[in-house]
Formats: sequence, structure tokens, C-alpha cells
Amino acid sequence: MSSLILRAGTRILAPMMLLLSVFLLWRGHNLPGGGFIGGLVATSAIALQGIAFGPEAIRRTLVVPPAVVAGVGVLIAVVAALPAALAGLPFFTGLWLKLDLGDGAVLPLSTPLLFDIGVYLTVIGGVCALIAALEEEPSLEGGEEGG
Amino acid sequence: MLTVVLAPFFAALAAPWLVRRLDRRASFVLALVPVAIFAWTLSRLDAFAAGLTDVTPWVPGLDVALAFRLDGLSGLFVLLISGIGTLVVLYAGGYLAGHPMLGRFFVFLMLFMGAMLGLVLADDLIALFVFWELTSLASYLLVGFQSEKPAARRAALQALLITGTGGLALLAGLILAAIAGGSWRLSDLVLAGEAIRGHGLYLPAMGLIVLGSFTKSAQWPFHSWLPGAMQAPTPVSAYLHSATMVKAGVYLLARLDPAFGGTAAWTTTLLVIGGITMLAGLVLALLETDLKLVLAWTTVSALGALVFLIGPATEDSARAAMAFLLTHALYKGALFMAAGNVDHEAGTRDLRDLSGLVRAMPITFAATAVSSASMAGFPLSLGWVSKAITKAAAIEAGGFVPVAVVTFATLLLVAIAGVVAIEPFLGRKSEAAKEAHEAPPSMLVGPLALASLSLLFGLFPDLVSDAVLAPAASAVAGVPLAVEAKVIKPFDWTLGLTLVAFAAGAALYVLWQRRAELWRDRLEPVLSRGPDAGYDHALVGLARLAAWQTRLWQPGLLHRYTAATFAVIVVATLAALFRGDLRLAFPLDGLRLIEIAVMALTAAAAIVAAIATTRLLAVTALGMVGIGVALIFMLFGAPDLAITQFMVETLVVVLLALVLVRLPGFRLSATADRPRALHAAIAGATGLLVIVLLLGVLAEPFDSRLSEWFARTSVPEAFGHNIVNVILVDFRAIDTLGEIIVVFAAALAGLAAIAARATRRGAR
Repeated sequence: MSSLILRAGTRILAPMMLLLSVFLLWRGHNLPGGGFIGGLVATSAIALQGIAFGPEAIRRTLVVPPAVVAGVGVLIAVVAALPAALAGLPFFTGLWLKLDLGDGAVLPLSTPLLFDIGVYLTVIGGVCALIAALEEEPSLEGGEEGG
Repeated sequence: MLTVVLAPFFAALAAPWLVRRLDRRASFVLALVPVAIFAWTLSRLDAFAAGLTDVTPWVPGLDVALAFRLDGLSGLFVLLISGIGTLVVLYAGGYLAGHPMLGRFFVFLMLFMGAMLGLVLADDLIALFVFWELTSLASYLLVGFQSEKPAARRAALQALLITGTGGLALLAGLILAAIAGGSWRLSDLVLAGEAIRGHGLYLPAMGLIVLGSFTKSAQWPFHSWLPGAMQAPTPVSAYLHSATMVKAGVYLLARLDPAFGGTAAWTTTLLVIGGITMLAGLVLALLETDLKLVLAWTTVSALGALVFLIGPATEDSARAAMAFLLTHALYKGALFMAAGNVDHEAGTRDLRDLSGLVRAMPITFAATAVSSASMAGFPLSLGWVSKAITKAAAIEAGGFVPVAVVTFATLLLVAIAGVVAIEPFLGRKSEAAKEAHEAPPSMLVGPLALASLSLLFGLFPDLVSDAVLAPAASAVAGVPLAVEAKVIKPFDWTLGLTLVAFAAGAALYVLWQRRAELWRDRLEPVLSRGPDAGYDHALVGLARLAAWQTRLWQPGLLHRYTAATFAVIVVATLAALFRGDLRLAFPLDGLRLIEIAVMALTAAAAIVAAIATTRLLAVTALGMVGIGVALIFMLFGAPDLAITQFMVETLVVVLLALVLVRLPGFRLSATADRPRALHAAIAGATGLLVIVLLLGVLAEPFDSRLSEWFARTSVPEAFGHNIVNVILVDFRAIDTLGEIIVVFAAALAGLAAIAARATRRGAR
């Protein structure tokens, strides 16, 4: 698909969607959003790039192979459960670290956030892996394009 | 006792190393294990009558223990397993000398020895079953030892399948027996005979156990695997398929005789099947031309005779069964090893090519002659003694038919003894005999030792009757018994009958010499339709059935899988609904216009998706349905769900579009083979069912305890205001972890599927 409008639009849209996805991930604990939704938005952004510029664009954006991104996501999610387990608390008990940034501003970091990042990466890696692989797949016995 | 059972297993572990270090001399070291077990058992001879128990916890949670019990019956078997085992290990060292896989052979052989010891010593039903299956497995490995031969592979598989199927029946039967008898210990079940025979589960339990025993002990019509198992090296045939393993079924029947015996069902089954097996085996033995197969068929026959003797469950029959068990083990072990010598040294086992071997192989001939005499039941051999006990049992069992069967069997056995002992050894020297020479000492020890015992016990039966046979018969009968074994009997009509049988048998042998070829040809078409052919038919049928049901359930067509899944959901849910009382609520008040509009839009899109004639239209319409659902989430205040739904719908359309551009065009005509009416019915039923379920849910009072608890604790305990997210990443984080692992696994599976297609394309 070599539509000029799509390419030009993607150049503007995709970065903004990626930013939005991080924003959704970050605020998810208190407002609509979270790792799953954020991951889906980010995937949409990357898929858009894939449609506009081809599967190579997907691999370039993710730097590492998509399946690795998904695997790292699962790994991070598991790691998020470990601090509680090491502290002798039930598996997956949320632990919080509230950094005081001065001026009354507090940066709350927590294992649930880490877990949500794992979810975010798994969704991105898993879906992007399929999209990239499908895009590289040649069509079946020269069938007509589209329906 | 645990040590006794485990010792051969450890020996099996050490066997390859020993063989690498000592080559064939490893057999001398390995033989020390059964020798030690034999000596240990002999030293416990006094305890046979009372029984010796040893319990090691195994799976205490399930009340399964490695409970072992040494009594008369298991003692007799342990003596046979370890005694003949010693000779067989030594024999194998000579028979397979220089074989590249000798180490592996000893591994299997010792594995079998341990399993067999465990089987006969086990007092726990589950332990018994485990060892039972282990012997089947060891037999499979040993029969298939010469795995380069297709016939050996077929025979191994056949033995495994038949005994394995019987093993499953046995497991079910043992469980039923444990329920009926109220214990998992054999020693308890044996005492609970009254309760078991009166229990409603008696018949199924008995039938299944008998079935399992019959497959293991090669009873008609499951016998066909045993002649096939002669593909194994001869030491294996001598050990597993004559003296020990095939007697496992007999052992179990004898062991359970006090618990299950005495009913008409038990007696009839054992007498009829045992009798058929006994006589059919003898006739088939006469028709064989392969020395080893002649012996195999007489083994089938002997197993039938043992089952036949256990059947009446009387004191005399218990005595006769145990006496014959020992007799048979001694002469058949010797005959197999002697046949192995002939095969090994003369290069053939075909009776038509063998004669006049006596000059070349005098010691082998001597062992064969004595053992054959014992088989035929001639005086001065153990066979004579046990035949007398058998006769007494047959008379007691009720007159004409048993006595006639036993006499007829004697007649045939005399003829077969001639085939085995006279035909290969006496007469004019054949081509093969000219090249032959006597076997090495390691291969003579076994047959000579066993034949000497047949002679020794035949002359002095008191050596075994009180110490070994009496406790064994007592265990079988369930009451203390004495065994009187006499060498010299007063002349009476049974003795006369025996002498007539001897004469008739000798006559039959002489006649048979001339007529054998004729009858072999004549009976060939009948015999080729026996159970062995039935086994082949069954295997082919099974493969066809498997192929048919795979085509039925795994057609590779997505629409069939989907239809089946939804049809099952409908049927299962309907069944559940009919069992409870269902109330429906119709909360139609306060329906807003926008809600109606969204629903109408969603429904319209669903209809379009269903009737679409091109793929693109169908996908777009499905996307519309998803968006409609997302809007409904939005309207009812679930923004997280709504956003997720929007995003998922978007990505599904992207994925589908990527797939679709690679598929050939989609036209309704191309899918005319699909049962659209059926699919519409299933889809409609699923939809209606979901509506009914939802209306039913609304009719029930809403339990808000969970949602209130989450609302109350979300901020103080998890520091989050978005309850959905707090549940996902904190309260129910393990669920989410499972879900993302599914996402990951699904992606990998998808990648694999795509890659497999690419590989196939590359191959083309």
C-alpha cells in the first residue's frame, strides 16, 4: 500500500499514538487506561506504520524481534511478583515506593506498575509479531487482492 | 524383602558397565544376584507356611504401600524366578557371546527379573499392578531385542498390545475387588472370600481379573502372542515365555482362588478356557515343524492345564496345580535351553532338517530326554509324580470328562515328547547334524541342572513335597494342606489308563512320522484363520476407526470446529437450564432512545455480516458489531472495557485485512458446500440462549458484595482509583499473568503456523 496520504498521516499519527499509549499506561491506575489498553493503542500505532511502510517498519520500530518483546513482557510481569515473594508476603502483593520530589510532589512507583508494563510489552510484542509475519506472507496462489 | 525386589533393578543399572568391563564373563557376576535371592529364599523356607510380611510406605496419601509377602505360593515362584533366572543368565552369556548388544540384553533381563519378583511378592494391589505392567514392558523389550527383524518387532508389539489390554482390564478388576473386599491387600482379600463372593461387584471384578490373567498367561483366544514371542533369543523364551512371566496370570488366579474361587462362574470359566487351551495347544504343537514353536505350543497347553487345575478350587486341584507348576517349569526351562543349543550348534531348528544329533550333542540329548520324559509323565521323573496328583484331582473334580481330558493330554504329550527328544537326535545323521558339535559349558549347565532336578525330585519327591509344594498348595486352597507325593503306587484303573495313554501316544508318534506333512497341508487353511489372523484384522480395524474418527473430528475446517463448539455450548447449557427452575425478567422500563439506536445498529451490522457475499463486507460488518458493543459499554459507564473493545476491534480488522488480501476471492458460490441452514440454526440457538441466560440473570437479585468490597478497598489497599485496573494488576494479578502468557503463547503458535506454511512452500 503506497498511499502518499497514508504515509504522511502515519508520520504524524504514529508518534502521537505511541505517546498516548504511554500516557494511558501511566495513568491507568487511577483513570481509564492501563497496560492492556495502552498496549493495544501502541500496537495500533505500530500496525499503522506496518501498513504504510511495510513490515520492515514494524521491526525497525521495535528494534528487537516482536516475539522477544512479548517474552520480555511476560518476564517483567513475573519479576514484578518477586519482591513480595522475597519479602515473605503472598505472591503479587503490591509494594509501593513513593519518591518525594520536593514541592509536595510525590512520584509513586510500585510493583503493580511494573506488572502493567509487562502487560503492555506482551500485548505489543504478541500482536505485532503476528501482524509482521502476516504482512511478510505472500498471497495464496495469486488470488485477487482484497475482497 | 524390598532389597530382594530392588536388587535386580540395581543389577540392571550396572549391567552395561559390567559387560563393557568383562564382556560375556559379566554373566557370572550378574548371576550372583539371583543366586543370592535363591539362597535367601531357601533360608526362609520355614516361614513359608506362616508367611512373611514387609511393608514400606510408598504413596501414604493414597494408602499405597510397597507391601511384600513371602508365603508358600510366592515362595515357590521366587525360587523358580531366581533359580531358573541364575541358569538363564549363565546360559545367555554363552548363547549371546559376542553379541554387540549384550549389555542391553542383560539390562532388560534383570529389569524383568526384578519386575517378576515384585509381582509375585507384592501384597498391595497397586504395587502388584505396577510390577505386572513392568513385566509386560520388559517382555516387549526382550521379544523385540533383535529389532532389525520385522517379525520380532511385530511379535513384541503384539505381546505388548494383548497383555497391555489385559493389564487395563486387570487394573479395573483389582479396583473392583478392593471395593468388594474392603482392602487393598491381597492377604486381606484372601480372607474376605465370603464377602467378595456375595458382593454385587463379584462378577465384574472376577471377569476383569480373569481376562487380565488370561491375556498374560496366553489362554485361548489370547494365546497368539506367545508363539510369536519365540522371536526372542532362546534364553528369553526359556525364562519369560515358559518358566516365569507367562505364569503370572496363573499365579494371580491361584493367589485369588480363596477369594474368588468356588463359584460356578469361576469354575466353569477356568475349566472351559483352560481345557480348550490345553488341548488346542497340544494339537497345534504336533503340527509345528520348528522345534522352538513345538515347545511354545506345549507351553500354551501347559498354561491351559494350570488354569484348568486351578478352576475347581478344591484341595486336590490346588495340590495338582502346584505340583504341575514346578514340574513344568523344570522340564520346559531345560527343553527350551536344549532347543537353543540345537539351534545354536546345528544352525537350524527345523525338525525336517534335524536328525541324528545324538553323537554330536550327547549332553544336550540327555537333558532333552530326561525333560521330555518328565513332560510325558514317565515313571522316575517328576512328571510321573505330578501326573498322579493331577489324576487324583481329576477324579475328585467329577469323573469322566476331567479324567478323559487328562488322559487325552497325556497321550498327545507322549507323542510330542517323541517329536522333541527322538526326532532331532536319533536316526540317520542329517546334513545339519554333520556340522554340529556340543554346546559350550555355559549353555549346558542350565539344561543339565534342570533335567537333574526333574529326575531327582521324581525319585525323591519328599524333597519338595513338604517344604515347598505343601505351603504353596495351602496358599492356593486357603487352608493348610499336606502334599503326599508317591513314586510307587498300587496298580489300579487310573494307572491302567495311564499305561494305555502311553501306548497310544507312542503309536501316535510312529503314525505321525508318516502323516505329519499331509495333515499340516490339510489344516493350513483352517489354522491361518485363527486368533493370530484375528489380531491382524483387529489392528487394521483399529487403524481404520482411528482414521475415520480423526476425519470426523479433525477435518481441518474452521467452520466445522466452530459449529461443533457452539452446538455443544447450546446443548450443555440447555441441559443445565432444564434442571433448575428458570425465571426471566424483562426490565424494559427506562430504555433510552440512544440505547435503542445503538442496539439497532449492532443488530443490523450482525445481519449484514451473516448475509454478506464478500469477505471485506463481512469483516467490516463484524467490526461494526464490535463497535456497537463498545458503545454499549460506554453507555453503561465502563470506559476501560469500551476502549479495550474499540482497540481490539480495530486490530482484528487490521489482522483480518492482512489475511484476506492473501486469500483468493470470497464469493457465496465458493462456500455452497457448507450447511448454511444448519449453521444458521446453531448460531440462532446460541444467540437465543444467551438472551435467555441474560434475562434469567437479571431476574435474580444482584449480589453486590464483591463490587462493594473492591470499591471500598481499592484506594486504601492498592492506592488506585480505577477499580478495573486495580483488579487487573493487583487484586487479581495472577489471573492477568495467566492471560498475558496466553497472549504470548498464542502469538508463538501463530508464528509457528505461519512459519510452517513458509517451510512447506519452500519445499515445493
